[in-house]
Amino acid sequence: MSDAGGRRSKAAHIRRLLETEGDAVEENTIGFNRGRYESVADLEDYEELKSEARAIKEDAIERLPALIDELTATVEENGGTVYLADDAADANRYIREVASEQDADRLVKSKSMTTEELEVNEALEADGVDVVETDLGEWVLQVADEAPSHIVAPAIHRSEVDIARLFNERFDPEEPLETAEELTAFARERLGGLIREADVGMTGANFITADSGTIALVTSEGNARKSAVVPDTHVAVAGVEKIVPSVEDLSPFIELIGRSGTGQDITSYISLLTPPVESPVVDVNEPDVAFADRDDDREFHLVLIDNGRMAMREDDQLRETLYCIRCSACANSCANFQSVGGHAFGGETYSGGIATGWEAGVHGYDSAAEFNDLCTGCSRCVNQCPVEIDIPWINTVVRDRLNRGGDEGQFEFLVEGLTPDEEPGGIDLQKRLFGNYETLAKLGSATAPVSNWLADAGPARTVLERVAGVDSRRELPAFKRETLRDWYESRGPRIDAADAEREVVLYPDTYTNHVDVDRGKAAVRVLEALDVRVRIPAVPESGRAPLSQGMIDTADERASRVYAALAEHIDAGRDVVVIEPSDLAMFRREYEKLLPEASFDRLREGSYEVLEYVYGLLENGTDADALGGTDAEVAYHSHCQQRTLGLEPYTTTVLETAGYDVLESDVECCGMAGSFGYKTEYYELSVDVGDRLREQFTTPAARDRIVAASGTSCEDQLGSLLERDAVHPVELLDPRRRSGR
Amino acid sequence: MTVDVQTTRERFEESLADLEVPVTRTEPTALESALEEIVREPAIGTPLEFEAVSLPDWIDDAPTPATLEAATTSVTSASFGIADYGSVVLPARPDGSEQVSLFPELHVPVLRESDLVPDMPTAIDRLGPVLRDGGSAILATGPSATADMGALVRGAHGPKAVHVVLLGDGETDE
Ligand code: SF4
Repeated sequence: MSDAGGRRSKAAHIRRLLETEGDAVEENTIGFNRGRYESVADLEDYEELKSEARAIKEDAIERLPALIDELTATVEENGGTVYLADDAADANRYIREVASEQDADRLVKSKSMTTEELEVNEALEADGVDVVETDLGEWVLQVADEAPSHIVAPAIHRSEVDIARLFNERFDPEEPLETAEELTAFARERLGGLIREADVGMTGANFITADSGTIALVTSEGNARKSAVVPDTHVAVAGVEKIVPSVEDLSPFIELIGRSGTGQDITSYISLLTPPVESPVVDVNEPDVAFADRDDDREFHLVLIDNGRMAMREDDQLRETLYCIRCSACANSCANFQSVGGHAFGGETYSGGIATGWEAGVHGYDSAAEFNDLCTGCSRCVNQCPVEIDIPWINTVVRDRLNRGGDEGQFEFLVEGLTPDEEPGGIDLQKRLFGNYETLAKLGSATAPVSNWLADAGPARTVLERVAGVDSRRELPAFKRETLRDWYESRGPRIDAADAEREVVLYPDTYTNHVDVDRGKAAVRVLEALDVRVRIPAVPESGRAPLSQGMIDTADERASRVYAALAEHIDAGRDVVVIEPSDLAMFRREYEKLLPEASFDRLREGSYEVLEYVYGLLENGTDADALGGTDAEVAYHSHCQQRTLGLEPYTTTVLETAGYDVLESDVECCGMAGSFGYKTEYYELSVDVGDRLREQFTTPAARDRIVAASGTSCEDQLGSLLERDAVHPVELLDPRRRSGR
Repeated sequence: MTVDVQTTRERFEESLADLEVPVTRTEPTALESALEEIVREPAIGTPLEFEAVSLPDWIDDAPTPATLEAATTSVTSASFGIADYGSVVLPARPDGSEQVSLFPELHVPVLRESDLVPDMPTAIDRLGPVLRDGGSAILATGPSATADMGALVRGAHGPKAVHVVLLGDGETDE
């Protein structure tokens, strides 16, 4: 994606999907997402269940080779066969052999992403086998000749009307089909007939227990049950990572998977089949023989797929991907996914946030590269994952690896001096530019306002757009000549050390220091109103900017420098107060990957979001009067990473304590996500995501309210979506604002 | 709080109510008349696995592929029920109980009140030895359903409706 042409065609692809599939995808994913929040809220021990599920997966992947052996022995003892396939070609060869031994004319399948990964349908069809998808969503796609747009609900990009049109054209029924009810009845009838005459049934597996050889299938339609038991031959295809040690391990997964996916407490059927099953074959050729009188000799083949998984297991960064139970929570909670779905946010087979890990592992980095940028690192998926996978981190790692594998940059010479990073030469110029935002900001402030005029001038924007893909429809941040630190240095603290309740270090994040200096000043005044003495030392950029571009080494080096700059303050008993949530999230989350454990813990425990800190002061007895005295109405959008850290209630509570009437948004992300919304290829997507927030803030209940947002990107996005200025909540508490000056 | 004193049966019934699945409580002696109310013919079933309880003779208990396709209702026994979820555990047996519970439009699982367990971990603990012994079972919760055709529809490849019959222990109520 390093050239303008590539950006244009990516933008066009996204635009087309927004127009054609966007509405259906949005409605469905937001429905699933809301369902998940509601359903997990009923689970008293939700967090414990997630940790339990995580621990089971960690252990299972650790012991995987032994579990494969144990499972093989169990299945063979039960009377089945196990084949461990190295890759897709190997698996397909084996499955074709099974079909040919059975003289199979028809094979019926239940839904399985792993078989999509293998492209087994095509392999069997080449041998003349009629392969029929029996999951209704998969069948729609088979009829339409399309790929899934979602790992759980594969046809969510199609509406009822769409499917009716497809079926009416293809099957020309006597009475044209219209409603979902009619479409379902039609499909059931037709597929029922095809299943009845099938020779082989193929299923996937959500889990496989090594101790009993049980295949656990999580479904709602009942087609997997039919596919597995109607014909006399059952082939189950599953990645090796699906194995868990014992039946008892299934419990947390059963409780979590439906809730996490489509928001159902449990799906209609959790099939626990230990093949060959005791159920009799439903044999059309012997329609009048009672089931009880049959004596079937069932055949069962378990095809376990490696296809890159054992190598992922050895990879310290990609290993976590193998814990994934493919519930789709990370897709449904993703603001970008909600807009475009898996046809943009996905690779050859998998889609959604975790797809980056799967695609990199099973199909390779080229496939992951196609959509990896769509993860903005907003982190909304992190708390939703039932096995606690740090999905944004996997995206970052893959982005870093892609950066390293990239071509030599074309415009290297332009940015060399501007980009004192730790990255290799090949990295994409756009990424490098955004990753080095701090250097730009320093230069911008030093040369303001000339830098702002220049940056805004037509020719400069054209070059910036063409060379670095910075969209000219976006207003660029205007750098202030006097930075927050300059201002504070000449102004000095207003609370004497002797009178101070506490002493803090206000972290001068790049944006507050160079662009939105006002919110920094407001923070100083609010803290001082609460008898806190403030210091604003020089502390480097947190590493958020480079990390978001996949520049891990640069971020790592920043983390060390930030820690060095803050450690002494922490030791001196000063609290670190942070205005920008994305920087605080670095200190509290991502630094775990970048700093030694003890350093990470110390900084994490010593740092606070500014309103979280104010809340703490009030809780500890500081008089809230200094903040009170208003009854204005506010529409507040928290920040994605702030919500992942669970910090937004502090802001709403403090604002309410100060007398504000607060209405909070419930969208996952504003769509701007740091640099994302500035990039030409993603500008329209960013606006589409932001539109959900715009809608919430233009309702009659919200449209006359003061708009507040905790993140800089959110403020910018809201400012341009609403054409009203947004402020940081701390500005609403600013004594100067409240006194009307 | 009522939750504290809620019995496992009440919890089971409440979960079924959330799923809009009707439930009929009956004593073993009154099973036939209860089924008369619920079942729509033609009806098939497999022998109930409970002592001293059997299917009325107007339910065909030796189904074949042909009667399986033709039946409107099926009646089979469930090994146990899970109160938290309103699930019934349907065993896969050589008499075809699993298929029989799946194909017809209406499924009537019959289970004993004494076979209700409170939650999922207890249910899975109980299934461990069964599965390790080569058995198979379905945790079935409500009717089959799909949202794949653009809206939620009850009755995909499996039953459109489920009606649970809960058998008392044959002694006086409560
Ligand atoms: S990564 Fe987690 S949330 Fe995403 S599909 Fe896998 S298990 Fe679900």
